[in-house]
Amino acid sequence: MGTCNCKTAWDELHEVIEAYRGQESALIEVLHRAQEIMGYLPRDVQEAVAEGLNVPLNKVYGVVSFYHHFSVEPKGKYQIAVCYGTACYVKGAPAVVSALEEKLGIKAGETTEDGKFSLAAVRCLGACSLAPVMTINQKAYGMMDGDKAVEVLQQYE
Amino acid sequence: MLRTREDLQAFQGQQADLMQKEAAETRAKILVGMGTCGIAAGAQEVYDAILDELKKLNIEDVAVAQTGCIGFCAQEPLAEVILPGSKKVLYGQIDAEKAREIVVQHIEGGKPVSEWAVNGRGRFPGDVETDDEILDYDQVPFFRTQLRIALRNCGVINPESLGEYVVRDGYQSLAKVLTDMTPADVIEVIKKSGLRGRGGGGFPTGVKWEFAFNQPKGQKYIVCNADEGDPGAFMDRSILEGDPHSVVEGMAIGAYAIGADRGYIYCRAEYPIAVRRLNLAIAQAKEQGLLGENILGTGFSFDLEVRLGAGAFVCGEETALLASIEGERGEPRLRPPYPAVSGLWGKPTIINNVETFANVAPIIGRGADWFNSIGSENSKGTKVFALAGEINNIGLAEIPMGTTLREVIFDIGGGIPAGKSFKGAQTGGPSGGCIPAEYLDTPIDYDNLAKLGTIMGSGGLIIMAEDTCMVDLARFFLDFTQEESCGKCPPCRVGTTVMLDTLDKIVAGKGEEGDLETLQELGENIKAASLCGLGQTAPNPVLSTMRYFRDEYVEHVYDKKCRSGVCAALFQYYIIPDLCKRCGICAKKCPVQCISGDRNTPYVIDQDLCIKCGVCMESCPFDAIIKQ
Ligand SMILES: Cc1cc2nc3c(=O)[nH]c(=O)nc-3n(C[C@H](O)[C@H](O)[C@H](O)COP(=O)(O)O)c2cc1C
Repeated sequence: MGTCNCKTAWDELHEVIEAYRGQESALIEVLHRAQEIMGYLPRDVQEAVAEGLNVPLNKVYGVVSFYHHFSVEPKGKYQIAVCYGTACYVKGAPAVVSALEEKLGIKAGETTEDGKFSLAAVRCLGACSLAPVMTINQKAYGMMDGDKAVEVLQQYE
Repeated sequence: MLRTREDLQAFQGQQADLMQKEAAETRAKILVGMGTCGIAAGAQEVYDAILDELKKLNIEDVAVAQTGCIGFCAQEPLAEVILPGSKKVLYGQIDAEKAREIVVQHIEGGKPVSEWAVNGRGRFPGDVETDDEILDYDQVPFFRTQLRIALRNCGVINPESLGEYVVRDGYQSLAKVLTDMTPADVIEVIKKSGLRGRGGGGFPTGVKWEFAFNQPKGQKYIVCNADEGDPGAFMDRSILEGDPHSVVEGMAIGAYAIGADRGYIYCRAEYPIAVRRLNLAIAQAKEQGLLGENILGTGFSFDLEVRLGAGAFVCGEETALLASIEGERGEPRLRPPYPAVSGLWGKPTIINNVETFANVAPIIGRGADWFNSIGSENSKGTKVFALAGEINNIGLAEIPMGTTLREVIFDIGGGIPAGKSFKGAQTGGPSGGCIPAEYLDTPIDYDNLAKLGTIMGSGGLIIMAEDTCMVDLARFFLDFTQEESCGKCPPCRVGTTVMLDTLDKIVAGKGEEGDLETLQELGENIKAASLCGLGQTAPNPVLSTMRYFRDEYVEHVYDKKCRSGVCAALFQYYIIPDLCKRCGICAKKCPVQCISGDRNTPYVIDQDLCIKCGVCMESCPFDAIIKQ
């Protein structure tokens, strides 16, 4: 123990960038790490990455916008992801999404105004035996339906 | 550090001794399935409860370990109890409480709790007649017809232990090729084995390797496609999580064969456990000298690295995948040149699927003839399918090629959940097509599936029952491919959008004369004109469902009916007056108050206000509400 947690997210980001300085092909790797640290990839983060890896900013932006995983908007404190893989779809994922949309008053892909919840219909999570599956900040909830999903939310209010 | 083949032999012996010693010193071993589905279903809680209960009972001579996906996903969390001298017992759908009970009764008391055992007698219809309360695994229908080659270690070993992999002859095949075989020998064996790519295309693996081998000496790469984009497929994830070293070894053998000294595993970011175990496996192999410089003193060097995907289906396509490894947007490019000639950074590159690589070491170890004797005429070996959707035994089924769909769905899969009937099976996900009931007896192999208008795909097998609307399902897949189209070529970008608009119109009840013809014609054009496999296959789910379920399309377009009751615009909830007991529960539950009636008059639904949520139908105690 005894280590101080005073390192800011920006310090951490700069460390990652330093580790890959000038390595153009590590762009996606670094963006992953950057998003883990910062939560999302706003312009100033993209600029720092561009400078560090020595790639043009427009290329960084091109990559960020190409891949679904990268987000330029902040996400909610609790990130709800409803799996929209085929198995979940066939077993009722759409009903789970609409129940949550109604409950939270937002559409999939949006974040509540208080910044608490964001909701997304995501690509297959590969846990098909639990279909329909929902995750909240990586914790998985299986065999969902609209009511159960809304009930789970209550733990996070 | 293992410096020679003999060192590896010695290491294997030493690890085997260690395991034997552990077995001798313990009275039991408990394995908990800790793949993604297992953990999501509560395996960690089960694991912790077992440890805690053992501690409470002061039992110290029981080994508890984690393993990868055991494959019977519907029964997660799964735990296997191994007592020397008795049959293994696989407990399914257990929770912390049951886990504690199992420790008390089975470990402490010595008596299996057979009613919780997946291999308990009478647990599944169709198991064998016997007096034993506990069956051998191969007497349980789910396991009986499976033949596990790619999955040989999944659910058996601890995926985080190099030693356990080595004890089961791990890295022996690598040692064999490095010391006894030339690269050309290796390619010959793989060609002769008949192994074809398991990632979807089914291209002969040995032939592909030979292309790269024949390129001039110099920098070459080998890449593993672990992007597993088919939504509803989890075979590759299970292998990566359950037996990561099998992929590492397969890649190292491939690298030797083509003359590569660097490799990449391109894995989806959605698979964090797989990524962690892969990185661990690579680190372990490096530490022991099974990767890196001068492997086993043979002069062959090979280094391996994991690269993360970032959520783009098109990156499963090989040229897009290579662009993504280079740090670019994952846009495909025209082939030829094929990656075997010009791939990563313009160098010859071989890309194979996870399952393809997992088959390599056994083929080298047991020989081409052994592998070649399994399967059907043009499709050798086995294929792993991920059974999901409307099926009882959701899980992984590795079957010899040529097994019929009926055996897979009804024997291994245990059939369709009670009260429903089989409608169709989708193979190949968004690039594939469906197989209707009349073809259930078709032996599964590359050629037969192609004849039926679908593809083997990477192994996703989604089962649909009568309440799946085939038009809606086709729309689901097209929605997926349209969104995932990278936009580079117009046939795919524009074509899939127009097809999707047409399908949206049809499921919204606004279909018109000519729509079906448009879908057909457009679909064929997109297939012919697209740049990469994404566009070339995107229309398949639509074309295939139109081929086998045309009457459903016709009903949607002309009669404005959805017989499965899925497309909200095309059905209504209706209260049968004679069955309505006027209790009023439905009216109370209706979220939009569109049901009226009273003690004297049967309740009716105001169709203009109804939002088709179905709450009324669920809540009616008398089954008086139907969907039509
Ligand atoms: C749109 C698209 C997605 C693909 N997705 C995957 C995938 O997720 N996994 C995979 O192994 N192959 C996928 N493929 C096939 C690869 O392009 C390539 O053929 C395969 O990785 C070769 O390996 P194999 O010969 O061992 O099958 C995809 C192809 C296309 C066109």
